[in-house]
Amino acid sequence: MTTELTRKLVVFACFLVTAVTLIPVVMMVLVAFQSDAESMAATPSFWPTSWHPENLERAFDLVPLGQYLLNTVIFAGGTTLLETATAALAAYAFARLEFRGRGVLFGIYLATLMIPTQVTLIPQFALVAKLQGIDTWAGMIIPHAFTALGVFLLRQFFLGIPRDYEEAARIDGANRWQAFTRIILPLAVPAIATLAVFKFIGQWNNLLWPLVISNTDATRTIPVGLQAFQDTHGTQWNLLLMAATVTTVPLIVIFFLTQRWFVRGITMSGFGGR
Amino acid sequence: MAVRTVPRAAAPPSPPPPRRRRRDGQARAAWLFLLPSFAGFLVFTAGPVVAAGVISLLDWNLFSPPTFAGLDNFWRLGADPTFWSALVNTAWFTLACVPLTIAVSLALALLLNRGLRRMAVFRSLLLLPYATITVAVAFVWIWLYIPTGGLVNAALGLVGIDGPAWLISDTWAMPALILMSVWKGFGFGMVVFLAGLQAIPQQLYEAARVDGASPWQSFRKITIPMLSPSFFFVVVTSIIGSFQVFDQALIMTNGGPGTGTTTLVMYIYRTGFENYDQGYAAAQSLVLFAFIAVITGIQFLLQRRLVHYDN
Repeated sequence: MTTELTRKLVVFACFLVTAVTLIPVVMMVLVAFQSDAESMAATPSFWPTSWHPENLERAFDLVPLGQYLLNTVIFAGGTTLLETATAALAAYAFARLEFRGRGVLFGIYLATLMIPTQVTLIPQFALVAKLQGIDTWAGMIIPHAFTALGVFLLRQFFLGIPRDYEEAARIDGANRWQAFTRIILPLAVPAIATLAVFKFIGQWNNLLWPLVISNTDATRTIPVGLQAFQDTHGTQWNLLLMAATVTTVPLIVIFFLTQRWFVRGITMSGFGGR
Repeated sequence: MAVRTVPRAAAPPSPPPPRRRRRDGQARAAWLFLLPSFAGFLVFTAGPVVAAGVISLLDWNLFSPPTFAGLDNFWRLGADPTFWSALVNTAWFTLACVPLTIAVSLALALLLNRGLRRMAVFRSLLLLPYATITVAVAFVWIWLYIPTGGLVNAALGLVGIDGPAWLISDTWAMPALILMSVWKGFGFGMVVFLAGLQAIPQQLYEAARVDGASPWQSFRKITIPMLSPSFFFVVVTSIIGSFQVFDQALIMTNGGPGTGTTTLVMYIYRTGFENYDQGYAAAQSLVLFAFIAVITGIQFLLQRRLVHYDN
């Protein structure tokens, strides 16, 4: 069916589409290195006439980008760790242990997947404010570390692990906790990595929640920091896009390193990733 | 969503332990395993959902004690032009963005699937927009949309079209947001469709070819039905996601011109966190939820007739 000519056409088409798709990302980097005058001229120019690597330092001087990066790692890392740990425990109970009301409880968990985050946003904010959690790591991380999605994903995976492994360990005298930590968890590394990568990238991108909870640079994450940058330096295109580049590149690197899991996360997830 | 129970493997032929004790032990262990997740779930998901219902009946600015307002917040919605505008904008955004994104995802998945092995590089690069920070790339798109000499209008100029003042135009601000959102979001569907395509047994196509089916017939009779579960999944998740559009609208147009690109989530954010009208914001969020629930429910009803599950 696929002759040499159609194969060449397919590759060419892919090449073309990919090139067009990457234009905005390439432009982000190019404008980041333009001079002030060039990037703020009435008519934008595309290829820098002169390169200005010092824009990197200048962007860091204008806003604490390093601090934002660190904050984002803390926020995304914290929510990811807490979510994977609690989800793995709960998923094991739903997949392997019998208790009264298991089906109903799991159904309730699943039902909450449909509820948009904006519904819980207002009560969560009120709760965090009441507990003096505004601008604290606990107030930012804890409310966003318990989603049903993680429990759902890991339960699916645990159900696919043959019971015999655990049974054998139990006969050898291991208790439930040992069976879980020594048998199930090592086997579930790919599924847990999938959930972790998916959650981490999603939280790196999260604007709404940190926007509501963090008011100072001490806890401000990248999306919020960039938004503030735009408010204060809105026409400084080269520095604005330098800030965008510097904060996007780590995420792209993380994405390429963990792509296999990220892709699996997309295909496995029920309602994840925006 | 039905949860199917997986048939258990046959128990090993050992004398069963006394049944009751084992059950009780299991239940206790189960609750210990569940405890951290369940506590968080109660406090941060289930509790807030109930609280949202309560707050929507209050007049509350977060700082002074709330007063009971009954259904006033919901009546206000009906007479609020900004809310209707936000609703129409969000619906329009969804109606345009979802089909376009799916068309692009599906076309690219089919294209990548033709090349199979050697397409890994293209797949990675095409996924790149999906793995960027929405706020960061929104800046670039503002720059691309600059009316005089911005890249989009420069490209249109090459084919003799005089491009509009995108983000400040009443007509073109929303299409500009939609185009950017399609670019940002198609990677998700592409990956799902690609996985779906690669799961179709090749023998089906072989058999069809032996029977003299044309490529188009194979596509109609094999690819489309076999891909329908993936399709259903992408449609449902894309609609839920589109209804919650916020980041790019806040950065690129700030809801303008006028209320031309104000979305539901943006309006909820402004009502709750700029005007401190928490009760009203909660009522709006419940309306958003109702829309999502109804639309998703309709899709699940349609699924029975349109989606082909191969058991």
